[in-house]
Amino acid sequence: MKRSIFSLMLLATMCAGPASAQNSSATIIQNATVLTITHGTIEHGSILIQNGKIAAVGADLKVPEGATVIDASGQFVMPGIIDCHSHIAVDGSVNEGAPAVSSMVNIGDVLNPEDVNIYRDLAGGVTAANILHGSANPIGGQTIVIKLRWGKPANELPFEGAPPGIKFALGENPKHSNFGPPPGVAPRYPATRMGVEEVIRQAFTEAREYKKHWDDYNQRKAAGEQPLMPPRRDEKLEPLVEVLEGKRYVHAHCYRADEILMLLGVAKEFGFKVRTFQHVLEGYKIAGEIAASGAGASTFSDWWAYKMEAYDAIPYNAALMAERGVIVSVNSDSAEEARHLNQEAAKSIKFGGLSPNDALKLITLNPAIQLGIENRAGSIDVGKDADLVIYNHDPLSVYAVVQKTLIDGQVYFDRQRDLARRSELEKEKQALLEKEKKAAEAEKKPEEKPAKKPEPKKKPPKTMGEGDGSRDAAGAQ
Amino acid sequence: MTLAPRSGARNTIWAVVALSVFSGLRVPPLRAQTTPGVYAITNAKIYTLAGPPIEKGIVIIRDGKIAAVGTNVEIPEGARIVQAAGMELYPGLFDPVTQIGLTEIGAVSATNDTNELGKFNPEIVAATAVNPASAHIGVTRASGITHVVSVPGIASFDSQSGGIIPGQASAFHLLGWTMDEMQIRRSIALTLNWPSIQTRTFDFSIFDFKEKPYADAKKEYEQSVNELGDLLDRARHYAQAKEKGSPASYERDLKLEALVPVVEGKLPVLVVAAKARDIRNAVEFCTKQGLKMILADGAEAWKVEELLKEKAIPVILGPSEQLPDEDDDPYDKPMTLPAELNAAGIPIAFSSFGTSFSRRLSQYAGTAVAFGLPHDEALKAITVNAAKMLGLGDQFGTIEAGKVANLLLTDGDPLEIRTQVRLLFINGQQTSTDNRHLDLYGEYRKRPAAPQQ
Repeated sequence: MKRSIFSLMLLATMCAGPASAQNSSATIIQNATVLTITHGTIEHGSILIQNGKIAAVGADLKVPEGATVIDASGQFVMPGIIDCHSHIAVDGSVNEGAPAVSSMVNIGDVLNPEDVNIYRDLAGGVTAANILHGSANPIGGQTIVIKLRWGKPANELPFEGAPPGIKFALGENPKHSNFGPPPGVAPRYPATRMGVEEVIRQAFTEAREYKKHWDDYNQRKAAGEQPLMPPRRDEKLEPLVEVLEGKRYVHAHCYRADEILMLLGVAKEFGFKVRTFQHVLEGYKIAGEIAASGAGASTFSDWWAYKMEAYDAIPYNAALMAERGVIVSVNSDSAEEARHLNQEAAKSIKFGGLSPNDALKLITLNPAIQLGIENRAGSIDVGKDADLVIYNHDPLSVYAVVQKTLIDGQVYFDRQRDLARRSELEKEKQALLEKEKKAAEAEKKPEEKPAKKPEPKKKPPKTMGEGDGSRDAAGAQ
Repeated sequence: MTLAPRSGARNTIWAVVALSVFSGLRVPPLRAQTTPGVYAITNAKIYTLAGPPIEKGIVIIRDGKIAAVGTNVEIPEGARIVQAAGMELYPGLFDPVTQIGLTEIGAVSATNDTNELGKFNPEIVAATAVNPASAHIGVTRASGITHVVSVPGIASFDSQSGGIIPGQASAFHLLGWTMDEMQIRRSIALTLNWPSIQTRTFDFSIFDFKEKPYADAKKEYEQSVNELGDLLDRARHYAQAKEKGSPASYERDLKLEALVPVVEGKLPVLVVAAKARDIRNAVEFCTKQGLKMILADGAEAWKVEELLKEKAIPVILGPSEQLPDEDDDPYDKPMTLPAELNAAGIPIAFSSFGTSFSRRLSQYAGTAVAFGLPHDEALKAITVNAAKMLGLGDQFGTIEAGKVANLLLTDGDPLEIRTQVRLLFINGQQTSTDNRHLDLYGEYRKRPAAPQQ
């Protein structure tokens, strides 16, 4: 990630917070083709937004007095895209890679609201994302669902009321197959799929025991027993107890069909549910089993062959799993891919024959269900949050460009505003560069003291390629 | 979709019927070579890319070549007829920078023949290592790509990975049992990863970035450019010696020999560079050396438009779907770049720079159209433009009589995500769209829906 010293200042002006729409007054989007997802398409439709919620949807809505009007003639409105696998807005590494079980750490503690990829993904129509820990460990860190409220501080990013999650990972990444352990980390157990299962079983054996101690304690406390010593708290096991109690969702990174069945077996043994299988590129081979377990599947559109366990990946995966009754979403796992998830969803029409509405569900309602936020997001229905995206064409077309993205009824991305501000920002950048140059010269002048050399200007590092093989490299994702 | 020979007809009529959901046209097995017969594709809308589209046109294919194109074309006796009413015919798509055949599975090193050791390997050739049995060939072909260039050692993570000169690139059809059958041109360009001044490089051994002082990085850069210049000088002397002396009077040097067509300006040089400073340095160097430069990648080509225009340097762009280079670049910079270069009069072509993502080629072109590139220019940028840049313009890229019959029949706009490829001709042979993915889909779709208890 490159970051010039000016970026943050520029970003601060770039994002100056959401425009228009005071909370108290209403906003209405008019004359749009409204893709509701749950109840068909409304031509020349309107959406009334009040207090950040969808107040009405229909063909002829009255404009309330004082309402902000967004004319979307010839444009398409659909629910904001929900990316079920993302690593944006994270400060530093996404992997606490040293222990095989890192359930004590929480990605929610390191949210970075100034990550420019929030803005970029917003410009691709994404309004919410499941921010995951990496896949370096069989049981990874805790995860959090955010809204892409660009310009707001970190504590305003979390999606209110979204159930918390935890990352699990199976296969090549947790067993360090491709790149060895992370730097500074000694080789550690597990190194096989056998070991991966054992790490998870061991952790849940401990968690079950721990839960029992606390249940006993709470029971005796309730009975008024005294004196009582509470069990010692264990931050590693607490999140796993929440998993056993169904209060925390398991998002399990996986590839091969056999390892997916393995985790379903472990889940059955300990009595917990897998909420989503992530990547799940061989899910199509065991779609019936996944459907029967009630787990969702969140996959890529057409990534394949970047590693051994991705060699049987097929672009028909999403459609075939959906056909067999699995709730399927298409995710990005990449700040870039998230910018065109609408195109990625459209591929399931070509590969596997999903209907256009079912294709759109892959990036709206289905990920909402998977993340337990379907009462708030994922479709255009009265009462849901006004998280919406406006395109200039059918979003399933390659020619569709996002015009506006709204979260809680407020415009967080506006293409026209972005275009209009570019020359102003360029001027500001040049002025800052000039200022830096002068400052550097001023620093050079006094020659009494031994000359303090100015820091050599560093060339920004080359970004890690998104190309073949770099995807999902070394458990980074 | 089936192709049914109509018995008793004067011509063998192959009717193009409805497409089943997951199956492309079922034609002879995977790489089967039907006799390079005579075909007539009729009633398609033909986008020749050499003029306006022809409604309900006819294309005659004979001996691997396009024999005739038009509306008033006589169908030869015995021609197999492809009824293509309601469909669109395009030149086969061309991905000019890939690693197809050189790598199978990114993370499995045994399957990778992309990067040779050493800084300068002008004598090695991609064609030598292209695996004709790679699953990527069938998968890529099914997306309408009929021919590609495989490039050794293109800079990816780490610009030095394949060396400065990682070898010669090869052009080939995505059809054939052996490379001899597939080959279009064994040596189509020399690859040059332009050395850049890098203070921060990614080191796989520690899986992290490594920093070095600017002065050291600059010194390394200058040393690399000097070595490169020396090598080219030696190649020039070698060419002179070879021309004037008898074979006995000079010692044969395979590296220098491979560079002779380069210093003579006959073999194009595919110069991989992204940053403006690197592009400027590369252009200056290539101009001075008299090399025929094609810029590959060119992420910051928008900062050096004047220079590229002045020196008439064409650009093979990487994916339009990538993140901007700098945090403060406009969010859509990679998407608008193709339109900007095109408007500035710089010839552009799209490329995947990949293997498994080669099938996204038309998606990259479509996205560029969404951000301002004219549609017809986008079509040219995935067909004829790169052919011209690489010296294949007289054989590939348009539907004109005399050109190689690499053709793509679709049910609509080839840039649209949902468009299906209905039929392919490669080297005049009707070609299957079967591939590993379709096979796996077919296999597992047959699995009973309810798992056995």
